Amino acid sequence: MDAYRALLGKDLRVELRTLRSLPAMALFAVTIFVVFRFGLDRTGLEGELAAGVLVVTLLFASILAINRLFVAERDEGGFELVRLAPVDRTVLFAAKASALLAYLVVLELVAVPVFALFFLDSAAALPPLVPVLLLADIGLALIGTLISTIATMSTARDLLAPLILLPLMVPLVIAAAGAAEPVLRAGGPEYERFGTWLAVLGLYDGVFALVGYAVFDYLLED
Amino acid sequence: MSAPSLRTLALSAAALLIGGYALAFFWAPLEAEGFIQKIFYLHVPLAIVALLGFVVAAIHAIRHLRTEDPIHDARSYVSIHLSVIFGTGALITGALWAKGQWGVWWEWREPTLVSFLIIFLLYATYYPLRYSIPERDRQARYASVFAITAGAFVPLNFLAVRLAEPFIHPRTFSSTGGLPGEMLVAFLVCLAGMALLWVSLVRFELGAKGASGDLAKLRRALLPSEAPPPAPRRAVAPAAVSTMSADQGKGS
Repeated sequence: MDAYRALLGKDLRVELRTLRSLPAMALFAVTIFVVFRFGLDRTGLEGELAAGVLVVTLLFASILAINRLFVAERDEGGFELVRLAPVDRTVLFAAKASALLAYLVVLELVAVPVFALFFLDSAAALPPLVPVLLLADIGLALIGTLISTIATMSTARDLLAPLILLPLMVPLVIAAAGAAEPVLRAGGPEYERFGTWLAVLGLYDGVFALVGYAVFDYLLED
Repeated sequence: MSAPSLRTLALSAAALLIGGYALAFFWAPLEAEGFIQKIFYLHVPLAIVALLGFVVAAIHAIRHLRTEDPIHDARSYVSIHLSVIFGTGALITGALWAKGQWGVWWEWREPTLVSFLIIFLLYATYYPLRYSIPERDRQARYASVFAITAGAFVPLNFLAVRLAEPFIHPRTFSSTGGLPGEMLVAFLVCLAGMALLWVSLVRFELGAKGASGDLAKLRRALLPSEAPPPAPRRAVAPAAVSTMSADQGKGS
């Protein structure tokens, strides 16, 4: 637990001091909203379109952080230090996934209000989006950490992560957009099959938490 | 474990496939949707065998991580390789069937087809992943981790895509349980034949990899002067070749 706290604290401190990922992610998300505004030629969004734009934008922005997640470890030898330390290596997985989750939450604190400001008539849809986005973030953080580790060790690096991640994230996009679609309808939030989609998101999170826990050790071996 | 020889496997695969398609074309009744429905006996076995192959690859990957025996990595690699090829066949036949039955080459509302495409795209990234990790041990381990992750992803993906469909589209075959007897028999024979074909091809490719590994070793032993041996056709084949040839040497 101490190791987890130390690693997570290190990541968050580094991010706060260097601001390598977060501002870029937020800026990227806002820019994508603007691009969508002109690409779709719409000033307001609702229902399916709103859910799709929001989820896909957050997904793309998350890839920026996922690409950078292990850059410091790779360049400064952090992997060796964790390998040498007398702690369970899964701690690194848990700490990195938590750090990524924190980035995603901060990103959404900025991006979702901007989305509402740009495209939505009222902010009534925002509270019910919180559990949806949170569950989606957990899934993104888990699978993102796993794939980021793999991509970091390959020579293709930044190229590989999105390539593997996007198909893996399709169920997440389906479920998050499915839950967000009725919530973002023009007439105010509805909750059609809301629970089902939250359950799918939860299942996804559970499965990849287990997979990550089971296989992460092998990624750090040398 | 004495597995049947490759020749037996290949011959039984050929016999079952010929028999199965003879049954499908001359014995099974013609469905209401007409002759195009016969592609069912090709498309569905291809897809099922490809998906099972991905599961088999995940099981081999787990065994590889547990034992660190490169033979399991080679099996996992070859399983994925052939399943991707079978999957390509399933996608093409699926598109043909969709064109014949619904008049479009691609039907986004058909959840099985869409799920299959997503899984296919995911497994297509197995190759860039594999070939972008130069160290062999690490490559094998990471490929195994990928195979396990992707194996866990397959059922989740089917669940999510299936739930996303409001079921407005007529589903031709919800499961084989709904098939009339003759069609079911013909289908099962085709499926068994396709599975045997997959197994034979896996065995064949593993054997070929073993042989080229042996050849490289002999070359190194006999021609020490010949500076680095010619690179294999595939830049980064799985590292199982040497172990495998050792196994074969013991066996025969």
